[in-house]
Amino acid sequence: MSHAWVNSVMPHIVLTVGLMVLMLLVAFRRSHALAMTSTFLILVIAGALIPQSLAAGSEEVFGLIRVDGYGQFFSGLFLLAAIVTVLISFRYLDHRASSCEEFYMLILTATLGAMVMAVASHFATLILGLEILSISLYAMICYPQEGRLPLEAATKYLVLSGVASTTMLFGMALIYAASGSLSFSALGQPVDNQGENYYWLGQGMLIVGLAFKLSLVPFHMWTPDVYQGAPAPVTGFIATVSKGAVFAVLLRYAVISDVLSNASIALGISIIAVGSMVVGNLLALLEKNIKRILAFSSIAHAGYLLIALLVVAALDDPEIARETTMVYLAGYFLMTLAAFGVISALSISASDQDTEQLADYQGLFWSHPVLAAVLTAAVLSLAGIPLTMGFIAKFYLFAAGVQGALWVLLWALVIGSAIGIYYYLRIVFTMTQSESTDGSVRATAIPVETIVTVGVLGVAVILFGVYPTPLIELVRGLIGAFGA
Amino acid sequence: MNILALIMGLLAAGVVAAFSERIHQHAPRWVSLIAFVVALIYTSSAWLGAGSGTEEYARQVLPWIPRFGIQVYLVLDGLSLMLVALTAFVGIVAVVSSWSEISERHGFFQFNILWVMAGVVGVFSAFDLFLFFFFWEVMLIPMYFLIAIWGHENRAYAATKFFLFTQISGLLMLFAILSLVYFNYQATGVITFDYFELRNASLDPDVAWWLMLGFFVAFITKLPSVPVHTWLPDAHTQAPTAGSVILAGILLKTGGYGVIRFAVGLFPEASQDFATVGMLLGALSIVYGGYMAYSQSDFKRLVAYSSVAHMGFILLGVYAFNEIAMQGAVVTMIAHGFSTAALFMMAGALQQRLHSREMSKMGGLWVRAPRMGAMTLFFVVASVGMPGLGNFVGEFLALLGAFQAHVPLTIAATIGIVVAAVYGLSLMQRAFQGVPNPDVGEIEDFGAREMTVMILMMIGLVWLGVYPQLVLDLSAPVITSLGVAGL
Repeated sequence: MSHAWVNSVMPHIVLTVGLMVLMLLVAFRRSHALAMTSTFLILVIAGALIPQSLAAGSEEVFGLIRVDGYGQFFSGLFLLAAIVTVLISFRYLDHRASSCEEFYMLILTATLGAMVMAVASHFATLILGLEILSISLYAMICYPQEGRLPLEAATKYLVLSGVASTTMLFGMALIYAASGSLSFSALGQPVDNQGENYYWLGQGMLIVGLAFKLSLVPFHMWTPDVYQGAPAPVTGFIATVSKGAVFAVLLRYAVISDVLSNASIALGISIIAVGSMVVGNLLALLEKNIKRILAFSSIAHAGYLLIALLVVAALDDPEIARETTMVYLAGYFLMTLAAFGVISALSISASDQDTEQLADYQGLFWSHPVLAAVLTAAVLSLAGIPLTMGFIAKFYLFAAGVQGALWVLLWALVIGSAIGIYYYLRIVFTMTQSESTDGSVRATAIPVETIVTVGVLGVAVILFGVYPTPLIELVRGLIGAFGA
Repeated sequence: MNILALIMGLLAAGVVAAFSERIHQHAPRWVSLIAFVVALIYTSSAWLGAGSGTEEYARQVLPWIPRFGIQVYLVLDGLSLMLVALTAFVGIVAVVSSWSEISERHGFFQFNILWVMAGVVGVFSAFDLFLFFFFWEVMLIPMYFLIAIWGHENRAYAATKFFLFTQISGLLMLFAILSLVYFNYQATGVITFDYFELRNASLDPDVAWWLMLGFFVAFITKLPSVPVHTWLPDAHTQAPTAGSVILAGILLKTGGYGVIRFAVGLFPEASQDFATVGMLLGALSIVYGGYMAYSQSDFKRLVAYSSVAHMGFILLGVYAFNEIAMQGAVVTMIAHGFSTAALFMMAGALQQRLHSREMSKMGGLWVRAPRMGAMTLFFVVASVGMPGLGNFVGEFLALLGAFQAHVPLTIAATIGIVVAAVYGLSLMQRAFQGVPNPDVGEIEDFGAREMTVMILMMIGLVWLGVYPQLVLDLSAPVITSLGVAGL
């Protein structure tokens, strides 16, 4: 067999085959536990095959995808996030839906879509991956049968995400018309003067579409409602996998196509970045709902991350940009999943809405010390306080920004972080206060697998915050060995 | 001496203390006390064990994040050693002062105390800028918890304000650190956070000035100096006694230490250009702090504002840029650690007995609690700068040196000493003298436990006041290495 490419895409294949197996399994025997266990196994196997998929080095497959260290690092992260989501969804769903098995198929398809995006090197695979991911998400958001909010959130997400996708598609069409190619690497310069206008218009529309998915200001309106309406485990999945996949492909695209060489586009992205950092943090100040706070915080974080993207234009050396993105997103995944893991754990037996009001968290330190400690670690990490992974991530952004001399953005980062501390701290403060009298949270019994999952995430947030060297070396090894 | 072991030991003791609550409710405070006593003995033995003329008492270098040239780089020179010893001592005072004050969550309380102190030891011994920043923040979070969980009625506001001020100024410092490292990288091609390497970085004077400012703002916020001092009265008033003792006794000193070691140490020329501003802020703090202290009716708030005034002497002394004045700043740091820790302990004891910090509800307490009265008198007198006690030596040296540098500002600062006498005596008068408040019944006087600590602090102050040479000898090599002119 000289088909080395089969090996490279083995994780994707395993996921696809696993999906079909799961489908048949559900058809023959409906069992929540069985579906959950087999999904878990499929994800673990796919993850275990990732190192091997890189054995042959970087591999271009059919000119559509490019399997390399960068892409597979993200694939690994997505699988990890999916595993966490599976583990924290299990009991959560039990209380909310009569048949839960299909939910796991949706997790698998969504992860597959994200993994396709991570290695996409062609517009066709980009849009394919994005749609597989988004369509699965619509269904995941409104999976619980009760309550109006999930349905509202799903509808909102469906409509706005659809608009974003069509904007992107239109942009791609314009780029194709002007340059005659759909592959990232073959994007030539536009043919003539008139083509040039279309070309850059197309690029702009493409970026607007992706900015929608990343919930960057001014395309962020959907975020708080969707975050609030979606079930907590799904919100965690959206916040991490969906955003991570879009950013991974955006950075790859920007590096290969050199789109940032256009000064207006670079300026536009800078404005979006500053706007996201400032607006996201400011709006979060007004919220009393923890899911909405995290939604606005995710807007700010997407803005921070754009610094890594803009370094590409400033430096002509994408290596620090890739390294920053990988480290940052790894950290962001851990802390966001930890935070939503805790919210899910506390919401297991909540009825209509999740346990999401800030007041519900009063006294959590004394009723559920482990959960409170994890949430504290996650929140302080999101705020970028040392001892946590979030600080290392922010440190990377600073380092990259200073190298690229992006002073304005760095000041925005400082100001945004400064505002952010206030609302992150409010969450921590609420948890430290004496327990509220109604005791709704106190009564919740937390299943073991949830405690273990969020506990591991919390420990990882601290551990990588104190000693990030293994992660940094892994990331650098992947970049060094395989190239863009 | 193994500094890393000391820090890790305190951290581990914190974990042990947290879990020991399960064995017995009062086990945590014993764990904590033993840990600080051991730390004090360990540090002192390193000092006594070293011969005279030693400039460095310990050094440890371990790789940490090689990607960015970050190391665990810990050094104890004379200045650091002194402050680490003071840290351990203030730890003992803090534990004793809160011996019976805390009624719930004993384990977590001691955990936080131990972790703050571990962070402080790290701050005083870190010679890698990243590591320094790391510890700078490590001490912040447990302190926040101390105020937020065990604080008084308005703790949410105070804790948040404390955290925001420190954290935001910390971000500026982080920005400055990274820029410094980057400019050094551009010049030399090496990424390093090593203090000694970065001291030799050749910087454009303008750039150096801005970077210095980043450090300066962070440090004077912690110190605190006018105009970024507003968090301090709130934090002190709301913090539990142990929190106030730690805050005043040692946490403020990290700001003074930072100014000497980093703002001046890394950017000597830029700091020299900045000296007048530094001295001006110092003099302003002295006068304004004294004025505000006099107008307070809250015991703790008064002492808090007096801290602002005393910290002004540190700025004044450091930015006078001569050896005598800087020595004065260092002695002030140590002496203030004793005197203010004692006064806050007193404030805590009074609050525990009277359930109020308002001086209008006190009055004539000397009759009821003569030991407390005598102790307060001693430390108030020390704090206003009575010759023969530590504070006098520090302030006198600072003023003496400052006089060489800037006469008008020194005169203004000297007026501050007069103000100090006014508010100090007024505190004594309002709380302990006069007609006994009829609403106050019998109160319990200080017992053996409190008296032991108080007497230890008295000895410290008398010793500093009568024979400060030991401290001067310890800090002299450090100050000389900063390139400050002798007098």
